[in-house]
Amino acid sequence: MSNQVTVAEPPGAPPPTSVVDDRLAQVSFVTKLLRRPELGAALAALVVFLFFALTTDQFGTLDGAANWTDVASTLGIPAVAVALLMIGGEFDLSAGVMTGSAGLVMGLLATELDMNIWFAIVLTFVFAAAIGFINGMMVVKTKLPSFIVTLATFFILQGVNLGVTKEITGSVRVAGLSEVSGYETAFDIFGGSFSTYDFRITVIWWIAITILATWVLARTRVGNWIFGVGGDATAARNVGVPVPRVKIGLFMTTSIAAALVGIMIALRLASVQASQGVGEEFQYIIAAVVGGCLLTGGYGSAIGAAIGALIIGMAFIGISFSGWDTDWRFLFLGVILLLAVLVNNLVRRSAEGARK
Amino acid sequence: MNDKVPLLETREVSKYFGNVIALKDVSVSVFDGQVTCVLGDNGAGKSTFIKILSGVHVHDEGELLVEGEPTHFRSPRDARDRGIATVYQDLATVPLMSIWRNFFLGSEPTKSFGPVNMVDVKLAQRIMHDEMGKMGIDVRDPDQPVGTLSGGERQAVAISRAIYFGAKVLILDEPTSALGVKQSGIVLRYIAQARERGVGVIFITHNPHHAYPVGDRFVILNRGKLLGKWERGEISRDELVKMMAGGAELDQLTHELEQAIERPAAG
Repeated sequence: MSNQVTVAEPPGAPPPTSVVDDRLAQVSFVTKLLRRPELGAALAALVVFLFFALTTDQFGTLDGAANWTDVASTLGIPAVAVALLMIGGEFDLSAGVMTGSAGLVMGLLATELDMNIWFAIVLTFVFAAAIGFINGMMVVKTKLPSFIVTLATFFILQGVNLGVTKEITGSVRVAGLSEVSGYETAFDIFGGSFSTYDFRITVIWWIAITILATWVLARTRVGNWIFGVGGDATAARNVGVPVPRVKIGLFMTTSIAAALVGIMIALRLASVQASQGVGEEFQYIIAAVVGGCLLTGGYGSAIGAAIGALIIGMAFIGISFSGWDTDWRFLFLGVILLLAVLVNNLVRRSAEGARK
Repeated sequence: MNDKVPLLETREVSKYFGNVIALKDVSVSVFDGQVTCVLGDNGAGKSTFIKILSGVHVHDEGELLVEGEPTHFRSPRDARDRGIATVYQDLATVPLMSIWRNFFLGSEPTKSFGPVNMVDVKLAQRIMHDEMGKMGIDVRDPDQPVGTLSGGERQAVAISRAIYFGAKVLILDEPTSALGVKQSGIVLRYIAQARERGVGVIFITHNPHHAYPVGDRFVILNRGKLLGKWERGEISRDELVKMMAGGAELDQLTHELEQAIERPAAG
C-alpha cells in the first residue's frame, strides 16, 4: 500500500503555506477580461460592425443603426431571458412561438371582445406566465429534458395559434388593432420610435432588460441560485437552494419576455400573423450561446446574450444592405453558432477542470 | 473526557431496509474537538450510518441524541439546523462558480437599498477570504472558479463553509477517497484544523492510513455491526489496518499467498 499519509504539522503549527498557485497571485486585467463570458461575442460584434460599416454606405450611419438595433432588440429581449434560463441549465423551444401566441391572445381579446388594450396586455402576461409555469412544472416534476418538454409546448402552441385564429377570424391573422381603445398609448410605450433617426422604443426596453438581468445575476441571491442550479443542481439543493422554484421562475421569465416582444410586434404592425415567431426560438438560443452561455448550464451572461442578439441583428441588416439574398443569413447563423460552441467548449474546460 | 456530554451520540441504533439489516445496534459518541473516524469496507454500513446522522434516513431502533437530547431528524435540513453539517465527496461545490459564490450559495449575505435586497459581495468576499485563511488557504482571487482548485482545496471550501455556518458536528463522507496521496494529506490537515477549532468531526473512510494520523477515536463497522471502538493510543496503526481488513481473514489470506508464491507478500 503506497497511499500512506501523515499529517506533518502538529496542532498549533503555523498554517501551511498557501496552496493557491503562486502564479495566480496577481490577477491581471487580461485574466479578468478573459474570464468574462461575453468577451468573444464583443470581439465578434466589432468585426461584424466594421465589416458592414466599411463595405456598405448606410450601415455605419445612425439611420442604419436604427435598423439593426431594431432587429437586435426584438431578438435580444427574449434572448436575455433565454440566457438566464440556459445558465439555470434548461432550454425553452417554445419561446419563439410564444411571441405569436401572446400577440394573438392580446389581439383577439382586444378586437373580438372589445377589451381595452391595456387590460388585454395584462391578461396576455398572465397567460404567458401560466405557460411558463406549466413548462417549468413539467420539467421539474417529470425530470424530463426541457428540450423535449418545451418542444411539445412549441407544437401545441403553434397548432393552437393557427387553429384558433382560423376558427375565430376565418383567416390566419388578427387585424384592426389600431381601432381598439387605448391603442395610442400602448403603441407609444411598446411599439413607437424616438429621435429623428427613428430608433425604436424596443431598443430602450432591450437595454433596460439587459441591465436588469445582469444586475440580478451579479448582485442578487436569486442570481447566485441560478448559477448554482445550472452548475450542479444536487450541490445547490444540498446547501438549501430552492431548485424547483428557481427553475419554474426562469421558465416563467422566458415566457413573459417572449410575450413582451409579441405584444411589441403586434402593436407596431397593428396586426398579428398566426405563424409569427416560429423558428425564432433558435435565434434566441444562438444569441445566448454566442454570448457565452454553455449548453450544459451554469455559465453565461445576460450582456453576452444581448451582444449575441446585436450580432444577429447587424448581420441580418448588413446582408440586406449589401444587396445579397437575405436567405444567406441562415448560413451566417450556423457559422457563428458553430464558432461560439467551439470557443465556449475551450472556456469551459479551462474553467472547470484545469487543475483536477 | 468521557463525562462530557457528547455533541452527537447513537445508542444501539438499527436500520432495516425491508428484511435487510443495514445497521444493527451501533453506539458511537462524537465529542467536540475530536475526530471520530468511522471505518469500514464497502457495504459495512458507513453510508447508512451517516445518512441517519445527517437526517436522510430515520433510524428504526435505538436512540439518536444531540447534546444529550433524544432526537429524530425529519430532514437533512433539520439536522443542519441542529448544527450537523455533511460534506459529500463530489456534491459539495459547483465547479463553474467562483469561490465566494460557492461559499455563500443558498445563504448569501444581503444589504438593502430601500426595498431592494442585494448580495453584499464585498462582505461575502471578505468573510470567505478570512474563513479560508483559518484553514490555511490564502485566497487571492475570490472570483476564481472552484473548478480550477485542486480536489483538496475544494473540500476545504466545503469544510470551512460548513464551519462558518455554525456546524458543531462535521460529517465528512469519504473526503480522501478520490484524491491522490498529496491531496489526501492536505485534506487531513483541514480535518485537524477543524478539530482545533472545536468542531466534532466524523471522518468516514475505508482507508485506515488516512484515519490513523488524525483520529482521536476509531470505530469500525463490519456488515452493519460495530466491530470495535478504540480511543487513540489503544490501538496501533497495524492493528487498525488488520481489524479493518477483517483480522483473521487477512492472516489466512497472507498465509495462503505466501504458500502460493513461496515468498513474503509485500506489506
